[in-house]
Amino acid sequence: MTQKEEQKTKNLFNFEKPLMELYKKIEELRKVSESSQMDLSEEIKMLEKRIETLRRDIFSKISIMQVVQVARHISRPTTLDYIGLICSDFVELHGDRNFGDDKAMVGGIAQFEGRSVVVVGQQKGKSTKENIERNFGMAHPEGYRKALRLMRIAERFNKPIISFIDTPGAYPGIGAEERGQAEAVAKNLREMANLTVPFISIITGEGGSGGALGIGMGNKVLMLEYSIYSVISPEGCASILFRDSSRAQQAAEAMKISAKDLLALGVIDEIIKEPVGGAHNDPEKAANFIKHAIIKNLDGLLKLSPRELIADRYNKYRKMGIFAEVAELADAHDSKS
Amino acid sequence: MAKISIHEWFSKRKKEKESDYKIERLDVPGNLWVKCYKCNAAIFSKDLKENYKICPKCGYHFKLSAKERIEMTLDENSFKEFDQYIRSKDFLDFTDSKPYAKRLTEAIAKSGLNDAVITGEGTIEKMPVKMGIMDFSFMGGSMGSVVGEKITRMIEHAVESKQPVIIFSTSGGARMQEGIMSLMQMAKTSEALGRLRLNGIPYISIITDPTTGGTSASYAMLGDINIAEPGALICFAGPRVIEQTIRQKLPPGFQRSEYLKDHGMVDIVCSRNELKATLVKLLKFFSN
Ligand SMILES: [Zn+2]
Repeated sequence: MTQKEEQKTKNLFNFEKPLMELYKKIEELRKVSESSQMDLSEEIKMLEKRIETLRRDIFSKISIMQVVQVARHISRPTTLDYIGLICSDFVELHGDRNFGDDKAMVGGIAQFEGRSVVVVGQQKGKSTKENIERNFGMAHPEGYRKALRLMRIAERFNKPIISFIDTPGAYPGIGAEERGQAEAVAKNLREMANLTVPFISIITGEGGSGGALGIGMGNKVLMLEYSIYSVISPEGCASILFRDSSRAQQAAEAMKISAKDLLALGVIDEIIKEPVGGAHNDPEKAANFIKHAIIKNLDGLLKLSPRELIADRYNKYRKMGIFAEVAELADAHDSKS
Repeated sequence: MAKISIHEWFSKRKKEKESDYKIERLDVPGNLWVKCYKCNAAIFSKDLKENYKICPKCGYHFKLSAKERIEMTLDENSFKEFDQYIRSKDFLDFTDSKPYAKRLTEAIAKSGLNDAVITGEGTIEKMPVKMGIMDFSFMGGSMGSVVGEKITRMIEHAVESKQPVIIFSTSGGARMQEGIMSLMQMAKTSEALGRLRLNGIPYISIITDPTTGGTSASYAMLGDINIAEPGALICFAGPRVIEQTIRQKLPPGFQRSEYLKDHGMVDIVCSRNELKATLVKLLKFFSN
């Protein structure tokens, strides 16, 4: 197979199996056309069209656990990919100034559409080797503290912040606990609330619990179509509540972790469309969608004063929560007694 | 419950695993003796009660209900409860081994509480405070919309009245049955504390056994002063999760109050019988 075709078939999900045949046919036609000097480009084009139609069809019926697979795909564009694609003049900045430099959390300064911005985000690897180096995108306390340090730079010099969220969660380990994982996340939440600059958070893959929220309290929270955001992984929820990790599908459905569900719950502000088949099929296109979503949302935020930005963020999270109204219950209580 | 001999009672106890529920049974008439979970000493339950539910032999701190904490901490009859009638809703139609709605009804019946936190105001040696007290007996002190909302409202009252905030935490973390909304309570409560901080109002966090997950990663760890009760499990990720992740035995004392103090995460490890005196000193410092 050509390298391009090989890469594409390697990236296929098990639920995309029907596409395999079509890719093979394209490959055959290519070989035939090469050996016989026949022009089969029309036929190939038709097959490619069929692939796209079929893929569109498959993705229109995608289940939530299939979305989880897309969100976790090893080839899914990472934070550094997106920064490279939508920003220029990026300078990565390292370290929390206290303990070390966490490679699971990246960040720095950059130009976005002619404007200085600070970018931060969790960084996953694209291979096992890279993932070990990046700790699978699971940051330690020093990662969260680095992110906060960079956000403070943004604040001091009045630049907007963009955070990219893609993590299974904050790392659960001895060192992480020893150095105060809970405190690091908690402090970020409190400090993000009081940031005086525009802040946009984008969930690009896995939005894993407190580890995701730890850099995710934007004035606007955007989410890629095939990403997830949840309080615990479907597998974790299944093993704790259903006492059976194989019931992840059921747990994922119950928790409402898809972009569509979260938009309906008011937890996110906007869903960013992905290219057919997921962002990894066309990272440039995905990045372009992200770029336009940022431009659109940043415009409004840039009009707000520091005080208004804090108030805007406060009101946004203040509204989160669904419970029975006081009056209903007090009435029920009164009528009983 | 019928009266049983201490021997019968101990043999029955042996068969049961430690859980928070049994501590509550201490109050049932007939359960005159309590066995310490840590040192196995038999303690006369009246003695235990008079000793702040601390084992007189080994210092083990038994779990307390929110009501017991209010009694131990605030001036007599000074407590006024806020938002008593807010209750959780099964808004996701969430069913694991049973529907969340049913779980809630059962928890309300069993605990006599509307949810896992009581909030309100009162005085400590005549110094006014706003207070939130979590109760582990309501669904493991898990934090859902109601816990987040009550804590947030209480903090907002403190901002208005410029009175210090005290929160007693005990929690298994976020309430998964409320999905992402439970995670959002971390954001909501933390931003309220951010506002409190901007207004220069002090917050004392008292962390009790156990405080884990989303609760420790939000308001429990954000005190101007963090106080831990001796021996409490305080962590982000629970020991079992960590053991499964790193496939390694954990060091002794790991994630307990004393360990957190050694690692700079809490200011004081304070025995329950000295807690009120300590709070008085702190409140005096802030008000003087
Ligand atoms: Zn004892």
